Amino acid sequence: MPVVIVDGQEIEIGADERLNCIEVARRAGKEIPHYCWHPGLSVVASCRMCLIETGQRDAATGKITMVPKLVPGCQTPVKDGTVIVTESETVKESRARVEEALLIDHPIDCPICDKAGECLLQDYHFQHGQPERRADLQPFHSRKRDVGPTVTLFVDRCIMCTRCVRFTREISGTAELMVTSRGAKEEIDVFPGHPLANKLSGNVVDLCPVGALGDKDFLYQQRVWFLKREANVCGGCSAGCSIHTEHNQDAVYRLKPRENPHVNTWWICDEGRYGWHHLHDQSRILDAARKATSPSHRGSGATPATETVEWADVVVKLRDDLKTAGRLAVAVSPMLTIEEAWMLCAVARSIDPEAFLALGFVPTKGEDETFPGGFTIRAEKCPNRKGVEEVLALYGAAGRSWNELVSHVAAGKADAAWITAGYPGPWIDTAAAEAFANLKQLVVQDLFDSPLMRLASWRLPATGFAERAGTWVNVAHHAQSFRQAIRPPAGVWPEGRLFWNMLGRRGLYDATAVRQQIAASSPAFTALAGEMPATGVDLRIHQLA
Amino acid sequence: MTPFKPVLLEAVGVPDGHTIASYKSRGGYAPLEATLAGKQPGDVIEMVKSSGLRGRGGAGFPTGLKWTFLPKDHPGPIYLCINADESEPGTFNNRILMEDDPHQVIEGIILSSFATRASTAYLYLRYEYPQSWHRLQGAIDEAYAAGYLGKNIRGTSFSLDIYLHRGAAAYICGEETGLIESLEGKRAWPRIKPPFPAIEGLFRKPTVVNNIETMACVSQIARRGVDWFKSIGVPADPSNPRDPGSYGPKLYCLSGHVEKPGCYEAPLGITARELIDRFGGGVWKGRKAKAVIPGGISMGLMTESELDTPLDFAGPGKVGCLGLGTAAVVVIDDQTSIVDFLHNSARFFAHESCGQCTPCREGTSWSLRILERIKAGKGRLKDLDILLEIGNTMGMMPGSTICGLADGAAWPMKNAIKKFRGEFEDYIKRTNPSGWMVTDPVPALQIVGAH
Repeated sequence: MPVVIVDGQEIEIGADERLNCIEVARRAGKEIPHYCWHPGLSVVASCRMCLIETGQRDAATGKITMVPKLVPGCQTPVKDGTVIVTESETVKESRARVEEALLIDHPIDCPICDKAGECLLQDYHFQHGQPERRADLQPFHSRKRDVGPTVTLFVDRCIMCTRCVRFTREISGTAELMVTSRGAKEEIDVFPGHPLANKLSGNVVDLCPVGALGDKDFLYQQRVWFLKREANVCGGCSAGCSIHTEHNQDAVYRLKPRENPHVNTWWICDEGRYGWHHLHDQSRILDAARKATSPSHRGSGATPATETVEWADVVVKLRDDLKTAGRLAVAVSPMLTIEEAWMLCAVARSIDPEAFLALGFVPTKGEDETFPGGFTIRAEKCPNRKGVEEVLALYGAAGRSWNELVSHVAAGKADAAWITAGYPGPWIDTAAAEAFANLKQLVVQDLFDSPLMRLASWRLPATGFAERAGTWVNVAHHAQSFRQAIRPPAGVWPEGRLFWNMLGRRGLYDATAVRQQIAASSPAFTALAGEMPATGVDLRIHQLA
Repeated sequence: MTPFKPVLLEAVGVPDGHTIASYKSRGGYAPLEATLAGKQPGDVIEMVKSSGLRGRGGAGFPTGLKWTFLPKDHPGPIYLCINADESEPGTFNNRILMEDDPHQVIEGIILSSFATRASTAYLYLRYEYPQSWHRLQGAIDEAYAAGYLGKNIRGTSFSLDIYLHRGAAAYICGEETGLIESLEGKRAWPRIKPPFPAIEGLFRKPTVVNNIETMACVSQIARRGVDWFKSIGVPADPSNPRDPGSYGPKLYCLSGHVEKPGCYEAPLGITARELIDRFGGGVWKGRKAKAVIPGGISMGLMTESELDTPLDFAGPGKVGCLGLGTAAVVVIDDQTSIVDFLHNSARFFAHESCGQCTPCREGTSWSLRILERIKAGKGRLKDLDILLEIGNTMGMMPGSTICGLADGAAWPMKNAIKKFRGEFEDYIKRTNPSGWMVTDPVPALQIVGAH
């Protein structure tokens, strides 16, 4: 195995691994500071922050010959015997000088900068810079420029790492961003009439190591040090990108991509990134309610009057109502986790052993869209169709679709239906809802009002992606588990909690316990057993082996 | 000393010397025909290697050796790029060649393409040379008509097309990988190396980048022979095995405070003093030289006492200059302020820094701002130390930048301050009597702005 020597420490690397000095140093626990290098982009070696000393150890004699000048760690591949020195005086002086140089044309307006607190310029200056500024500067505010619908450019905060420019050229393939002018007058800009408006545009904000690119959606909303982050999975489409939900006091402020080599690498799309606002929509359904039974409560309008039901009562009365009605049909939403889906099927079968189970409505939009950098936005706008289908298969309902359920109900083969939904936007129109008009009981569990909801005898609130815990299986059979990031609005029980209680289980809903149970119950889910890695597992891993 | 007869500048002053007829009457294109008739590409490479020809563009890299870095048996295409983005201040030797004897250059390009197995050559011409552009295009058309360019030249399997490309006037396009990026239609940001252009250059194919004067030299070597070429210039230093010597004639561009500025051909190794006195008619107005730029502004400065330095590839380096560069000798007389000189130099490099690497982008700009402050009467002695520190730490040599532009910006700064520190100190003390000794960080000046 090749051995690389990092500050005297011998690090073994794989024989066919192609690593640069930054990556190897990281394995030795040494962070080589860098701005322009990013593992997902081409190497330009222009910021010069990662300059280090290197050398080569002769395999035969063990003698080390050093390169007389500094080299960029990002651009220098390592091989057997490569010697890396990351903390010599020369290296430290070079870093201090790059820091000093970068601040010469920087406004240093940290107090009003959104990046403050997570800014590499701040962090590196604190760590590697010199305490005194020798350059003659006047304090100034950065000029601001609108570069597109999602991003504002703070022109003078830029350190010209060109990560954003390379992203639009190499990953989104849209090439809106460019460098104008020359030398210290250089600026990032867009071409006239061609704003930064691609479906991956928000990533340039994450890539920006300083406060030059501001996300309009997040700008001035929250100081970043108040944010807490939870590892989540995006529910926007069946790609299931790994994300961090960043929140404070049960309010989501932004979503950030979470690095996952198996799924989304470093990126997420704008649809996913900004697809959390529905969580805090004022028109969300917050109470469990039942169609009023006493005449005095009966309304005069088209919408039947309802009465709010306490959750503890829902657990009992819902079961009774459905049991009384007779033949049950259940739509298992692809927005549910596999734990929730599994419990829902169990609840349904405990009410009616013959219950007709089917996949819930699968929202789609357009076609799958793959970008030059390999990132794909899926047309299927739900995170867990694959997972729910696998669960349905366990209950003998393999491949049963929403349309089959609609026909089943329309044909009068069911007396009651339980439709789980949880979609972030409108999904069913009045005509389609009509199929459910003549049921004895119709349970609809959704985030928002809908024509179907108006027909329901039971109206139950649903929860959004950040408010639930569990496991989703993406379009490529990759399963990822996540925890709850924020609490749902007051009064809302997450689906899992309702199903858990309806199954008569004790204590608080525990998604991990349910996952272990599912894993043990079927070979299709064996991969879910035990501790789940942060980047998830491929469900087929045991079937392949 | 035997009188030296110009060879590269043979056509200067000859009526219609730029035409193919005139060029052929001087023996031009005969070596090409002979080469195509009976020689292999390897023979031409061997000829150029043994002649000791070193690139005339500035770095002085042995031309034949550069060609051998191309991968063997490459399926192609291989490209030859001719660097005529002559933008080093003080330099105009390529211009003379392109305007007065373009066929000499073109024959060199054809021979070099034959040697490197390139079937496409790009001639990258700086924007500011309209006359060169007209003359070159005319000459290329003539060469096509005469059958020296195009498909199956002279009935052989060798084909060559030359594309004349006009740049858009940026100094950085003269850096070989900046030139390649620019040719590809991109911003001329020099590339990181490796891979070197010989392995992956233009359009990611093996590429050789050579200077115009180098091409003219190839023509002359083919016409007059290796021995003739090696009889001129300075032989390799036997005590230094890494010195390839400085052979052949060289075009020196003499300008600045001399009586007769111009482009003069002389054997490599002529001293600066001889050049100024014998060709330039001495420093103008009977004055003395204070400093002389040996080969374009980025090579730094020689003082009056260093003028006997031979201007070969090794000479200027011995007196602390960066090298021979483009052999553009600029004379600065003793009435000129070296502070003004350095300010002007810094202004040039701050304007021309491509802005890719932090140390160069910010270093050139910062040093200009410091010099502007010094010139505004707010200088401090400490500034000289900062300028020296910037100069010592930016560039390829300390490893802090991708290309050599920063070295070129650093050298005049380092040389000027080291060799003329007294003058800088006097200037600062005289213009800032109350503040020259302050060492605190300076407050910003309203009047100070980058040009």
